[in-house]
Amino acid sequence: MQSPNKHITTELIQDILSNVFDPEIPVISVIDLGVLRRIEIDDQVANIVITPTYSGCPAMDVITMQIGIALENKGIKNYNIVRQLSPAWTTDWITEKGRQALLAYGIAPPQGKVFDKSYLENLRVSCPLCRSSNTALLSEFGSTACKALYRCNDCLEPFDYFKCH
Amino acid sequence: MRQALLDYTLHLADNALVMGHRLSEWTGHGPMLEQDIALTNIALDLVGQARNFYQYAAELANKLNDQKRNSEINVATEDTLAYLRDARDFKNLLITETHNGDWGQTISKLFFFSGFQWHFYTELSKSDNDSLSAIAEKSLKEVTYHRRWSSEWVIRLGDGTAESKERMQLAIDKLWSYTFELFQPAQYEIICADLRIGVDVTALQQIWLADITGVLKEAKLSTPVDQENFKRKGGKTGYHSEELGFLLAEMQCLQRAYPGCEW
Repeated sequence: MQSPNKHITTELIQDILSNVFDPEIPVISVIDLGVLRRIEIDDQVANIVITPTYSGCPAMDVITMQIGIALENKGIKNYNIVRQLSPAWTTDWITEKGRQALLAYGIAPPQGKVFDKSYLENLRVSCPLCRSSNTALLSEFGSTACKALYRCNDCLEPFDYFKCH
Repeated sequence: MRQALLDYTLHLADNALVMGHRLSEWTGHGPMLEQDIALTNIALDLVGQARNFYQYAAELANKLNDQKRNSEINVATEDTLAYLRDARDFKNLLITETHNGDWGQTISKLFFFSGFQWHFYTELSKSDNDSLSAIAEKSLKEVTYHRRWSSEWVIRLGDGTAESKERMQLAIDKLWSYTFELFQPAQYEIICADLRIGVDVTALQQIWLADITGVLKEAKLSTPVDQENFKRKGGKTGYHSEELGFLLAEMQCLQRAYPGCEW
């Protein structure tokens, strides 16, 4: 026998999605990454609006699937996942909690804000390991499209920088 | 009008896909790991942009077919549009299908193309068509990095060793004849620009040229002189070089051999 649908609220969905993590950076949730745009409850159907980080990001398909699995595991069957392109995702939407999680994971969080274009200047990116600001850019593109590769000139470790977008 | 919009969307999708696929040929062959990865990431951005355009084109194609009430026509998807059309149906710019050549030639191609795309997407993000403007807004952010990365390489190579300078200049000269096509609108572009859903590409030529000249100057390279008689064109209406056929043969072979296969 099927169990009846749970009463769906925005808080409930939010709570579930706060445990859905980016598959490539498994310390940051879809909420803290800014991928989740809106939750709308319409007649006990949850409409979940998400936006891709990069056009070609392969994580998006996995994220969509994981959201579906997380909801169904909690007994929620009436939902739609809607993909929306505009307004385009920006690193400005990464929450403070998300930034701290990136740093603790060894990825330097985005410096500067996209809306004022300050990210196009030469940025001082601090090493996430030793915190030194004596670092150098190795490549604009790192292990994934969303990251650049840096090297710390003090502790000599290479590290990923989550670049402004 | 609907046909023009479909052709226009396919033109943008084909540009991104063919450019992205060509660049992806560098995967595992880059001169150093970091730059190999950079090109792979740029290729991935472009293929992602292509997917967005093809998904919208598929919607448009299916609506057109409904109108014709032709049940014989199969339903279009992003995959059928990318994998099951022939060279003659592709509307990409000729520059996107050119062989990668050496590192300088690949850089030159991306330098010209991303410089163009940057201005193009800036304008397209103001389009009256919500789907096109949304894709443009998204893609513009990615192209900002492609443009900066390729410009820096032009400067590094042009203002580098005697050999790097010579090869970078050769690459710039070699691809110059392909750049005129960027600014010569096909009929469907004229229709879409008139309806304020597309971009008037002729208006972008001067600003693009100013950018390119500026970077070449910083790179201590010379801007090629226009040769009136030698301006390649045709890609936008399906007249391609033989290079595209080989590219498609490789890219499409799996779907041609095993139609509809998934993994």
